Amino acid sequence: MKTAQKGKVAEVAGGKGLENRLMSMNVYQGKEITMLSHSVLRGPVTIKVGSSVIALGHGMAGKIIVQVE
Amino acid sequence: MIDKIFLIGNPNVGKSVVFSRLTGVQVISSNYPGTTIEIKKGYLKIDDQRIEVIDLPGTYSLEPSSKAEEAVSLLLKEYPRGQSVVINIIDATNLERNLYLTLQLIEEGYHLVVCLNMCDDTRHRGITIDTDRLEKLLGVPVVSSCAVTGMGIKLLIERIKEAKSVSRSRLTHEQRWQEIGRIIETVQQLSHRHHTLREVLEDASVRPLSGLLIAAAVIYASFKVVRFIGESLINKIFDPLFFNLFQPLLERLSPGLSQKGFLHHLLIGELIKGKIDFRQSLGLLTTAPYIEFAMVLPYIIAFYFMLSILEDIGFLPRLAILLDNLFHQLGLHGYAIIPVLLGFGCNVPGILATRILESKRERFIASVLISIGVPCVPLQAMIFGLLGRYGGFYVAGVYLVLFSLWLIIATVLNRTLKGYSPEFLIEIPPYRFPPLAILFRKVLLRIKGFIIEAVPIVLLGVLIVNILLFFKLFDIVTAVFAPLIQGLFGLPKQAVVALAIGFLRKDVAVGMLMPLGLTIKQLFIAVVLLSISFPCVATFIILLKELGIRDFIKAMAIMVVTFVAVGVILNFGIIH
Repeated sequence: MKTAQKGKVAEVAGGKGLENRLMSMNVYQGKEITMLSHSVLRGPVTIKVGSSVIALGHGMAGKIIVQVE
Repeated sequence: MIDKIFLIGNPNVGKSVVFSRLTGVQVISSNYPGTTIEIKKGYLKIDDQRIEVIDLPGTYSLEPSSKAEEAVSLLLKEYPRGQSVVINIIDATNLERNLYLTLQLIEEGYHLVVCLNMCDDTRHRGITIDTDRLEKLLGVPVVSSCAVTGMGIKLLIERIKEAKSVSRSRLTHEQRWQEIGRIIETVQQLSHRHHTLREVLEDASVRPLSGLLIAAAVIYASFKVVRFIGESLINKIFDPLFFNLFQPLLERLSPGLSQKGFLHHLLIGELIKGKIDFRQSLGLLTTAPYIEFAMVLPYIIAFYFMLSILEDIGFLPRLAILLDNLFHQLGLHGYAIIPVLLGFGCNVPGILATRILESKRERFIASVLISIGVPCVPLQAMIFGLLGRYGGFYVAGVYLVLFSLWLIIATVLNRTLKGYSPEFLIEIPPYRFPPLAILFRKVLLRIKGFIIEAVPIVLLGVLIVNILLFFKLFDIVTAVFAPLIQGLFGLPKQAVVALAIGFLRKDVAVGMLMPLGLTIKQLFIAVVLLSISFPCVATFIILLKELGIRDFIKAMAIMVVTFVAVGVILNFGIIH
């Protein structure tokens, strides 16, 4: 996924814990998200969900599989 | 009969502001998730009945995923439903995500009132919310408010009585989000509008290149502002007050007390060249108030003014993203910047704020780093006051040593400690510009806190030192430790007293170095050692409370080793 691209979450491929945490923050299967930025050297990624912006670690972001539109 | 009100909501929706409005209890609120780390209590009077109001840390869900969230759901569960009202505070600009918790609360059967906060912000964002429809759909009272200005709070209080529980069937996560989708569609309207300057800035400050540039500019500007405000306050207000008003007064008092007497020694201290010298006399009425009010307080005001602006605008989480890489090398993640920055004000709130980090391991690393390598404002003011005269080189030197310690200690801890460091997952708040009145109130609250906590201890410290000096009791301690201090660190034996007093308060301790007539090398070593040595007594207690006895002893061991190593290296190694 590239910066400024939109996509639908296909799967959260982490443990149940991560899935639940993201779920309560509005990131779940089928939800549309936009990638805002990603930092160099595997730094955090910021995504936009609804009207909120979430920053998450690179590893965590890698577990969110997205179907790019 | 209700006797408890719980305030609950997602992180950073303004719970603490609502809490302050309801109870009149002043609490610190900021624009980043996790400001409230402790559960706070206050009281609200409704119809002559005193009801306890409890401000809970932010949570996204009743199924806890962190320690703070666990505490919240436990507390709610334990209290009998019929006797409590839950006020669910919602960020109106973020209705969709916030309703997840709301639905959970309704499903659990709590007596609920929904407070739709930040309503003033929705207009700029082109959001309109039909509150009446929302109330009908949810089945519980919905009040819109803007807590920073106080709008809607009266109505909220009136409607607390109407709180009720409605029966709703339990939904699965997916069903809940679908339900929210349906609610949103009917109550919320978005009008299309162009990107505002604010949004352009928000985006730019998280992108790697523009973000770093903005961060560098902001940090540089903050330093400048803090120095400017601090120095102006000293030169224009505090120094004139002390020298032109207070000194003549004291000089009239001084001859009244016999010069060699105990009372003179206690209150005024030594006369330097026949005159009172605020920096060196070391009396309860001379050096003690001068250090606190003319050297430290101006920087406290300046620092908290700047920090509060950065907090309220919402810059700190963005800084956290940019610093994440660096902090990962230290076994922390970017959000650790928040406790660290607070630690620069005073180590105590800094160490308390490490609770926003998830794992015990991170909290340990962060606490050790803060207590060793983050000098608080009083200490920094004294570093500038003492070393600044010899040029910026030495001041920068102190920071360089501290920063190197950071890297070394954190790298060692990161390699040796078991456990892992969780990844970063936080919501980035939009930039907000709160009313100045709120900002000033917060700065005032912090200054008040400083004065209440610092002044008695400073007076006590100077009192103890003076009594001990007068009766020459320090000679015993000095005799025991002098060989160590002289041999290892190259410091004169009187410096023992200063190092010992460092345990009470760092600023007084550095102040006590002033009359010793140290060479610049000795001064530099003493200041560095004071910065990294045992934290002051307040930090000491907090460390013990937060870490538990075992980790506390570990932290102390690290401190002692660092202290000795740095002293020896500086003395025999680098500087001549």
